[in-house]
Amino acid sequence: MSKKFTKDHEWISLEGDLARIGITDYAQEQLGDVVFVELPEAGRQVEQGNDAAVVESVKAASEVYAPVSGEIVEPNVKLEDEPALVNQDPAEGGWFFTMKISNPDELNDLMDEAAYADYVKELG
Amino acid sequence: MTNSTTDFDGSSKESGASSKQDSNGYARTPLYDMHLQLGAKMVPFAGYEMPVQYGLGVMGEHLHTREKAGLFDVSHMGQAQLFPEDPDSDVAPVFEALVPGGIISLKESGIRYTQLTNQDGGILDDLMVTRFGNTLWLVVNAACKNDDFAHIAQSLAGKARLSVENRALLALQGPLAEAVLKEHLPAAADLAFMQACHADFQGEKVIISRCGYTGEDGFEISLPNDLASQFAALLLENDAVAPIGLGARDSLRLEAGLCLYGHDIDTGTTPVEADLMWSVPRRRRESLDFPGAHKVSQQLSQKPDRLRVGIKPEGRAPAREGTEIHDMDNNTIGRITSGGFAPSLQAPIAMGYVSATHAAPGTQVQLIIRGKPMLAKISSMPFVEHKYLRTKS
Repeated sequence: MSKKFTKDHEWISLEGDLARIGITDYAQEQLGDVVFVELPEAGRQVEQGNDAAVVESVKAASEVYAPVSGEIVEPNVKLEDEPALVNQDPAEGGWFFTMKISNPDELNDLMDEAAYADYVKELG
Repeated sequence: MTNSTTDFDGSSKESGASSKQDSNGYARTPLYDMHLQLGAKMVPFAGYEMPVQYGLGVMGEHLHTREKAGLFDVSHMGQAQLFPEDPDSDVAPVFEALVPGGIISLKESGIRYTQLTNQDGGILDDLMVTRFGNTLWLVVNAACKNDDFAHIAQSLAGKARLSVENRALLALQGPLAEAVLKEHLPAAADLAFMQACHADFQGEKVIISRCGYTGEDGFEISLPNDLASQFAALLLENDAVAPIGLGARDSLRLEAGLCLYGHDIDTGTTPVEADLMWSVPRRRRESLDFPGAHKVSQQLSQKPDRLRVGIKPEGRAPAREGTEIHDMDNNTIGRITSGGFAPSLQAPIAMGYVSATHAAPGTQVQLIIRGKPMLAKISSMPFVEHKYLRTKS
């Protein structure tokens, strides 16, 4: 499946019943240089739209929300030592965590790539 | 992903009577168009629309200033000249009644950092004061300027006259600042730290002050609004100079251990609590003839309950403004007033107030970040060594 996107600028890509979550290029650009990432522990249950991770730039802290409900499988611990990966490679190597999703219907709430591109364009 | 904390939420809007305004009511500095041309991200700050960062980003701009030279638009700050009512007298003793700093001892063209205090010793604002003859040149914070100027004019009515100057103010900061500035204003090279002079640029009067708020050597240049863009463009022609936004201005001053008004100091803090007594000379501590002097004197003899300190978190997580500080027994002992990431140290740093019993450098404390305790140590400041040019040979 191709990626889906939230209005809060997370992306989610599905690999079987496992989903990988990150933030978009637009989001990392808005944040500026990422200096710290706090990741959820494996096994934690998260609800769609709830705080799942924290990403901090020099000047501000932001929350990363779970795009769908489920159980955290693996945090990307590489980000703890190399938070700048979020800026350098937001769509691939800068992923935040994988999760087992509990309600696939929730994916219908999200935007596809074209809809997200339009959404970002409107934000200016 | 949504911002939960932002440093540049802007405080009260100002009337900005003589400044240009946009449709949202925010004032604009004379460099507004240049900021847009330079690709700045603009944010509301103290009633103005100001650049928070340009293309280099906060980290890049910060490091550029420490390595070369950064150009800051600080035209939103308040500038005014104070004259004695009696032209044969000196205005310094008159103004000294409002601040704890040593003003009458200021030599010609000397600059002092001091504070306007209230009757309880609270800080109304912090400011720079320069002596030119029997007058004083004042530079105050943008968010406070209307209140400051009203306070000064009213308090000194009949003794001094305040002329608010609607001029641009640029800061050029960093190790290459002198080399860049002297190409256009040769007089800059003759100044030592905390000295000012008048100079000519295209037949107009400019004021060059060797000071700043980054911990670097550098200058502030006050000039007529209509020359500001042209002068800024001249400086930016030099490859050593990059435009720097409020984001890096904040991280630079935090590394330098300098207070941000409205965050680290306000009417609820005194110069003693804020660890600013280095700016209060012995003569003023003895004469006690400034607003709130009794409180300052009492805190000096009995020790204040709390003190402003530097804090170094042990992990990588930045501790932001408002973070609670606990002792190792989980008692609340204070709060962080400024916190972020130090680009020069590649580590988080913060400042805040703790109970005086926990203020010694090296004291271990806990910071409650998102509900979890994180270890930290009280640290001396500055976090990054000041590079001021103390003497000029």
